[in-house]
Amino acid sequence: MSELHLSVALESTGWHPASWREPGARADELFTAAFWRDTVREAERGLFDLVTIEDALGLQGSHFGPSDDRTDRVAGRLDALLVAARLALVTTSIGLVPTVTTTHTEPFHVSKALATLDHVSSGRGGWRAQVSARAHEAELFGRRAVPTVSRETLSDPEVAAAVEDLFAEGRAVVDTVRALWDSWEDDAVVRDTASGRFVDRTQLHRVAVQTPWFSVLGPSITPRPPQGQPVVTALAHARTAYEFAAVSADVVFVTPHDTDDARQIVAEVRAAETAVGRVGPPLQVHADLVVALGSDAASARNRLDRLDTVDGEAFVSDALVVADSAAGLVERLLLWREASIEGFRFRPAVNATDLPALVDEVVPLLQSAGAFRRGYTGATLRDHLGLARPANRYAAI
Amino acid sequence: MSIPDGKPRKQIVLGAHLPGVNHHTVWQDPAAGSQIDVQSFAHLARTAERGFFDLFFLAEGLRLREHAGEIYENDVVGRPDTFTVLAALAGVTDHLGLAGTINTTFNEPYELAREFASLDHLSGGRAAWNVVTSFDAFTGANFRRGGYLDRSQRYERAEEVLIAVRALWDSWSSGEVLADSATGQFLARHGVGAFELHTNQFDVRGRFNVPRPPQGHPLVIQAGVSDQGREFASANADAIFSPFRRTEDAVPFYRDVKARAVRHGRLASDVKILPSAGVVLGDSVADAQEKARELTHQQVSPATALALAEQVWNRDLSQRDPEGPLPEFDADTTAAPRWRGRAVHDPDLNAVVARWREIAARGALNLRETVIEVTTRATFVGTPTTVADQLDDFVQNDGSDGFILHPPVVPTGLDEFVDTVVPLLQERGSLRTEYTGTTLRENLGLSPARAAQPA
Repeated sequence: MSELHLSVALESTGWHPASWREPGARADELFTAAFWRDTVREAERGLFDLVTIEDALGLQGSHFGPSDDRTDRVAGRLDALLVAARLALVTTSIGLVPTVTTTHTEPFHVSKALATLDHVSSGRGGWRAQVSARAHEAELFGRRAVPTVSRETLSDPEVAAAVEDLFAEGRAVVDTVRALWDSWEDDAVVRDTASGRFVDRTQLHRVAVQTPWFSVLGPSITPRPPQGQPVVTALAHARTAYEFAAVSADVVFVTPHDTDDARQIVAEVRAAETAVGRVGPPLQVHADLVVALGSDAASARNRLDRLDTVDGEAFVSDALVVADSAAGLVERLLLWREASIEGFRFRPAVNATDLPALVDEVVPLLQSAGAFRRGYTGATLRDHLGLARPANRYAAI
Repeated sequence: MSIPDGKPRKQIVLGAHLPGVNHHTVWQDPAAGSQIDVQSFAHLARTAERGFFDLFFLAEGLRLREHAGEIYENDVVGRPDTFTVLAALAGVTDHLGLAGTINTTFNEPYELAREFASLDHLSGGRAAWNVVTSFDAFTGANFRRGGYLDRSQRYERAEEVLIAVRALWDSWSSGEVLADSATGQFLARHGVGAFELHTNQFDVRGRFNVPRPPQGHPLVIQAGVSDQGREFASANADAIFSPFRRTEDAVPFYRDVKARAVRHGRLASDVKILPSAGVVLGDSVADAQEKARELTHQQVSPATALALAEQVWNRDLSQRDPEGPLPEFDADTTAAPRWRGRAVHDPDLNAVVARWREIAARGALNLRETVIEVTTRATFVGTPTTVADQLDDFVQNDGSDGFILHPPVVPTGLDEFVDTVVPLLQERGSLRTEYTGTTLRENLGLSPARAAQPA
């Protein structure tokens, strides 16, 4: 079996809301570069393919409505793309994948920012493309209204249609961003002293995108990124999002809760690919897991219980929460691999504890099992993931 | 060295502008490196920091320039995203201010506030924003709203954006992030980040999600010499990019802006006036002048001379002799502009034609020489000693507070200045020998941030 792809999802001091209170959490440094540098270097020590950096336009605690206004949880965040860029010159190998919203933002800005992330990281840039179906985030921009979306209102046909529309826009945004990356052919800069030409304009292309949501003429102002196209990823839980990923992404993060569920979700992803007529290589399917590790399953469970007590609420997640030993976790990973899961994105419950445990315990076990690399062999994120550099849609064949 | 009687010696503010995408950048030079490789940016930024510069500055261009309906090929084309490069450079510098030119027309206040606040956090308080505005549908073709903004509304938009962005930065006070694991209090109070603004340009409300930046407010830089521009900048800007490089224009501008700042309740030293300056160094003054002449002829090739003249005449001049006289006919003021995406500073083309004719007549210059005279900017030409004297004199006599240098070659164009002129300025006591503050605001000696003021 091929090696697994492993990544870490970074959300402040960890995914458990009490993580910031743990020893070594450095919560008072959360808004400094040093915090993020050290965290990502730790992931790089573990030879992970990439880190994703969570982001949202709105303040935490405001999932589908206004902020819950708890003062005992982390609030505030830095722009994830700028965090990733800040780390480009102080890390060497790991992929840097910020979350960037497709709703409200300008496709032109998003495209050149991600292209530039790829330039400054010498080909380690990626994107977790995220649709914002949040009424309160729309109000931050004041340019359009988004209905309040929740499990209850989703049965309302108008709300459901609005969500479909946001995902359709998301597809158009990703496609436009990719077209802008291609709008410069790789050899467009000629620097021909004899003719006095710096650039060959026949290798620069208008994208001339017209959609119901926006128009973009192009070309980009930024030359084609080192990877040709940075790696696009998406988190998906249901058909609409699977189809969004099937159209737009290279890697999809999914949230199965057991092996059968994993098999079922992979089948749904493949069905979505067929439904949208995906061209090119199939989506790489990686499973998300929240991990709280301990010396054995019972002590891991105790850790999680203690964290829940500190926070005052039982922690719930869209992803399976695994409280287990490193060996127990690895056993599960290898089982899921047989269900065609090609990689895992770990969400450490507590960065300070679970990230070193992943690096020092889980990774060596996977290496012994022949399921993970023993060193970085490639230079770019596409190299790590085994994804080919895409051909340019505008280049003459 | 002449320092006016009784005045303390001013510390020269220095900024470095990465050579951009116009003819000033001589990409044909054998020393010229990549315009996009991050190592080019890193080299220039590190060199500026080695020379105790205050800030590093990037310009903006949101659509590739077009000439006669086609992308112009002869200048440098292509640049990175400003925020992204500045954030990366924060990782390889410790003191240098990181200034980005960002448009108020094609960005919304919430994202601008977020990006600059994030950059400020990630650089430990070194972010600066050169606020510019545009209204053109040409650039708008790359953005959601197109050319939505009427020319007459662009200053209203810029002003409202700045007020909104500063309100967002102010929506968190300093010290509100406690992160106290013992008490379990992360935030000091409920309701941080709350804002609501209703203006001509915006109806926005909600909760801002970035804690207060280390500088309170990242620095605001503006350009603009109109009465309206001066009034707004003297009330709100921390620095002004001035176009005046000759003492006779510069000193009155300096005095006027400083007086306005005081009228707005600020210290005169709270707004820094910074013209751009080109420096050419040589072993002797004559050697430097010869180098400057060579440089300007590299910058303005015969083809570039004609292309630049077309911006003024707005006609096809490709058949003219660049070494011949200026065109005898007037500008075409009715045709669509032959150049798009290049700043036009005076919309009255025939007034510009008249000015060019006057300059040509005065110096008996041909067309190319006239273009060189008008569009190149080698202001300080000489030996390191004469240039250090000129720079210092200009500042001490209130021509400015410092300069934005724009070396013509990427990435090594600043090396010689830092190696030879900087030590001389330090000897004169006009340039720091160490960074004394933590933030850009502190290094410039500016007062703490205050809320944006309507002009």
